[in-house]
Amino acid sequence: MNMSDSEDILATAAGWRAAGELVAVATVTETWGSSPRPAGSRLAVTKSGKIAGSVSGGCIEGAVAEAAMKTIESGTPQLLDFGVTHERAWEVGLACGGKVKVFVEKLS
Amino acid sequence: MTPEILAALEAAKAAKRPVVLATRLPDGAQCLLPDPAQPADLNEAAAKVLQSDESGTVRLGDTDWFLHAHNPPLRLIVVGAVHIAQALAPFAGPCGFSVTIVDPRRSFASDERFPGVTISHAWPDEAMDEFVPDSRTAVVTLTHDPKLDDPALDKALKSDAFYIGALGSRRTHAARLGRLKALGHTDEAMARIRGPVGLNIEAVTAPEIALSIIAELVAVRRGSPLGERKKPA
Repeated sequence: MNMSDSEDILATAAGWRAAGELVAVATVTETWGSSPRPAGSRLAVTKSGKIAGSVSGGCIEGAVAEAAMKTIESGTPQLLDFGVTHERAWEVGLACGGKVKVFVEKLS
Repeated sequence: MTPEILAALEAAKAAKRPVVLATRLPDGAQCLLPDPAQPADLNEAAAKVLQSDESGTVRLGDTDWFLHAHNPPLRLIVVGAVHIAQALAPFAGPCGFSVTIVDPRRSFASDERFPGVTISHAWPDEAMDEFVPDSRTAVVTLTHDPKLDDPALDKALKSDAFYIGALGSRRTHAARLGRLKALGHTDEAMARIRGPVGLNIEAVTAPEIALSIIAELVAVRRGSPLGERKKPA
């Protein structure tokens, strides 16, 4: 992953954190099949509702942002699993048929 | 992520030093690699990730690590501060390239024409000596002027640049190859030069030609069949 692609999101997140926001960063750690964003792709979320970057083609961003809120509250990282075999597939699956794992952490 | 890790990542980025952010899954313990204090197998896995520039999860023993490559940007050296370069420079940045425009003609290579882009007014051969193209560098010549293009191509052919492209029609390119041959380059070596530069999308305007160059750069970088050129007949 090249910095100009991935690192900007982290820089954006760091800027938000420095400005006093509560921030979580989600990172794609593994993909299978035709998932649109490669491992290393990042999504940054603030408690106030700001969003930057992406971890999919848009299909799971909402669910990831929701999980990020929990991590912002608890400080505990999470490893999320999305895919067609997931129980929540009907709710937040990947339309493309791919699978991804997403790690969510708080910027402390 | 701790403030210390974040600061270390930012320092590496500022110094253009390649590093891997290693995250133990799922508990989230993190470190930056290479680091002699960390296990050898973890450092070796990190080195592979940097080499391939592909982040991923690896299992070491019974522990999963996510190894996130943070390589400095690829470099694009553009010889010729011409109209096409003006279209190319702002497009290359978001595609992951750090762009330098080389042109000793100051009226062409001006900040006004290239806002925010690094400019060198050195002669192309001197500029190439200074920048030392490596395997993460692309060199594109756009001046159409053998006095400027040829010395840059001569140096590029002696470097590890992963992409060498030269603007010009097939006839211009054939003449160019003749001159480079006189400088001692073999046909095999000169096959590295992509001339006419860019994917053949019948580009006409400057932005279209810039698009064709960017498209070929991406194709070569990502290993697409579109990035393969037939040997010249």
